[in-house]
Amino acid sequence: MSEPRTLFQKIWDSHRVPSGSDGPDLLYIDAHLVHEATSAQAFDGLRLTGRAVRRPDLTLAVEDHNVPTDSLSISDPISVEQVTRLRSNCAEHGIELFRHGDAQQGIVHVVGPELGAIQPGMTVVCGDSHTSTHGAFGALAFGVGTSDVEHVLATQTLSMPRPRTMAVEFTGALPPDVTAKDLMLALLTEIGANGAHGHVLEYRGAAIRGLSMESRMTLCNLSIEAGARAGMVAPDEVTVEYLATRPRRPTGSDWDDALAYWSGLHTDPGATFDRTVTLGVDALSPVVTWGTNPGQAVPLSQAVPDPAQFSDAAEQAAARRALEYMALEPGTRMRDIEVDTVFLGSCTNGRIEDLRAAAAVLRGRKVAPSVRMLVVPGSMQVRADAEREGLHDVFLAAGAEWRLSGCSMCLGMNADRLSGPSRCASTSNRNYEGRQGDTARTHLVSPAVAAATAVAGRLAAPADLS
Amino acid sequence: MEPLTEHTGRVLPLRRSDVDTDQIIPSRFCRRLTKTGYADGLFARWREADDFVLNDPARAGGSVLVAGPNFATGSSREHAVWALRDWGIAAVLAPSFGDIFRRNALKNGLLAVQLPDAVVSGLLDAADRDPGFPVTVDLVACEVRWDGGRQAFEVDPRARRLLLDGQDDIAVTLADGDGITAYERGRPHWLPVFGAARAG
Ligand code: SF4
Repeated sequence: MSEPRTLFQKIWDSHRVPSGSDGPDLLYIDAHLVHEATSAQAFDGLRLTGRAVRRPDLTLAVEDHNVPTDSLSISDPISVEQVTRLRSNCAEHGIELFRHGDAQQGIVHVVGPELGAIQPGMTVVCGDSHTSTHGAFGALAFGVGTSDVEHVLATQTLSMPRPRTMAVEFTGALPPDVTAKDLMLALLTEIGANGAHGHVLEYRGAAIRGLSMESRMTLCNLSIEAGARAGMVAPDEVTVEYLATRPRRPTGSDWDDALAYWSGLHTDPGATFDRTVTLGVDALSPVVTWGTNPGQAVPLSQAVPDPAQFSDAAEQAAARRALEYMALEPGTRMRDIEVDTVFLGSCTNGRIEDLRAAAAVLRGRKVAPSVRMLVVPGSMQVRADAEREGLHDVFLAAGAEWRLSGCSMCLGMNADRLSGPSRCASTSNRNYEGRQGDTARTHLVSPAVAAATAVAGRLAAPADLS
Repeated sequence: MEPLTEHTGRVLPLRRSDVDTDQIIPSRFCRRLTKTGYADGLFARWREADDFVLNDPARAGGSVLVAGPNFATGSSREHAVWALRDWGIAAVLAPSFGDIFRRNALKNGLLAVQLPDAVVSGLLDAADRDPGFPVTVDLVACEVRWDGGRQAFEVDPRARRLLLDGQDDIAVTLADGDGITAYERGRPHWLPVFGAARAG
């Protein structure tokens, strides 16, 4: 018998390219996702060196970061140029592209999975840190910079040292009002915004098995916020059921072959991880951030912490800076913090399940007059699904904006950007200084909390609404 | 690239932890299509404060940024590396880095070097006292040296070799092209393909 191996080890081993050099491993990449904001310089590099795209058939491009979500025409000339460049690069190299306005366009990490193009055991890269999302399928998926994008375009491989592994064991059962978002914010609070540095995480435990694919994607998406290289969940019947109806799944006997292969993709009993972290989930409640990194979070029921309560000096200094930026006083109850904007969207929480959760809270209610709420579906497919279910009517009746798909207000690169000292409850992934606008203040929340907050005008859980 | 063996320069102390890539270069600068010309975007928001380290005339020309833990966490934008380099930063020393940034940095000849906490603190203190405080980052010996001290560091051996030899990363990989082709022959047949290949 061979040594017991982790899921990560199995995928890594099966993607190592035999190499003449004795350097680090050369890893074969099964799917390369491309978008407009980090690829132009990589294509230029190919042009300068006269190289071709080795496998356009393993490459898929989407327009998402820099497109407006209120109109199909881009007004900013710099943005037009960036999107136009992606189009010409894809045309030149024969790469499939979903354009702004296409029925399949959306955020790259929403689009790939909903096509069924991300499958267990694959290696997936993209010039975007939240590529970790795809680990939900039991794939090894991670973000890379533009030099690596060029390397993958030219060679379909990456040379990299093997990361360490970390098991994240969630023990107990998730309370009904606690979502994958809360679970991860709780984990980040526990281990810190760099607590998983250099590791590939495997999320384990009964609480994970009970999660939908959408929730597993939220979970893996936020791995990068713990500093992890990637996060993954071993495939099971939930994964297979999700894939079974997707347009780009394997079909016929290929499906049976794939199923047989996927069934071996789990961590063997007795396999060891470099590190293990355990988090009990029984007592969790909705979590929101108070600071300027995703690890600066507390349960919604608590108050803004006093920087003095942190043990190390660097954390204290960071907390003081964060509170100054966020204009918050220690001791303020999180539920007393008023917001003027609510953003429901992003590759973290812009999928159909997220929209359903928010709509369930908003049905028959109104967004507070002091609040502007944007609902930005993660893809045009999500938008169409939501409209089929009538969710858009719920959002519109509540007074929220129902928009087209894109990264939107997650990153403040496109036209959806906050101005002035706005305070936003956001279902996205980064509450960094200036992320959503130069002086914007961001509180990361789950979709249900976002919806309740929109109604209350201050941070709130659905249970707080009368 | 030109071979890179060592760099000596004055320290720019940035006493902050978890400096994310959105601070290093805000996303609005990432709409450009070039690999150079990002100096104007470097720490664009923080530079608005007069007392920010890059605005200190006594430290003008400093080229070794020393920062707190988890430097350049966050987004994968290589623009963060390009902006630092375009400003004139040749090395960044910190107790830890965002993984993607560190990899991007070495690919561009920006020496992102992980040092023990205590060493970083010592260098920050020294630079606070003396705005002209120089350090040397030696990629041959894999050590950082300063007046009165030295500290060894670890670096990805392949990245180091490429920098020392001034070699092109992609060319080195393509030299193993036969291995890649052999691997491709053995890939499972059901794996997804995109574009025109799908119809075929
Ligand atoms: S939604 Fe936000 S985090 Fe996700 S890919 Fe777009 S910009 Fe990145």
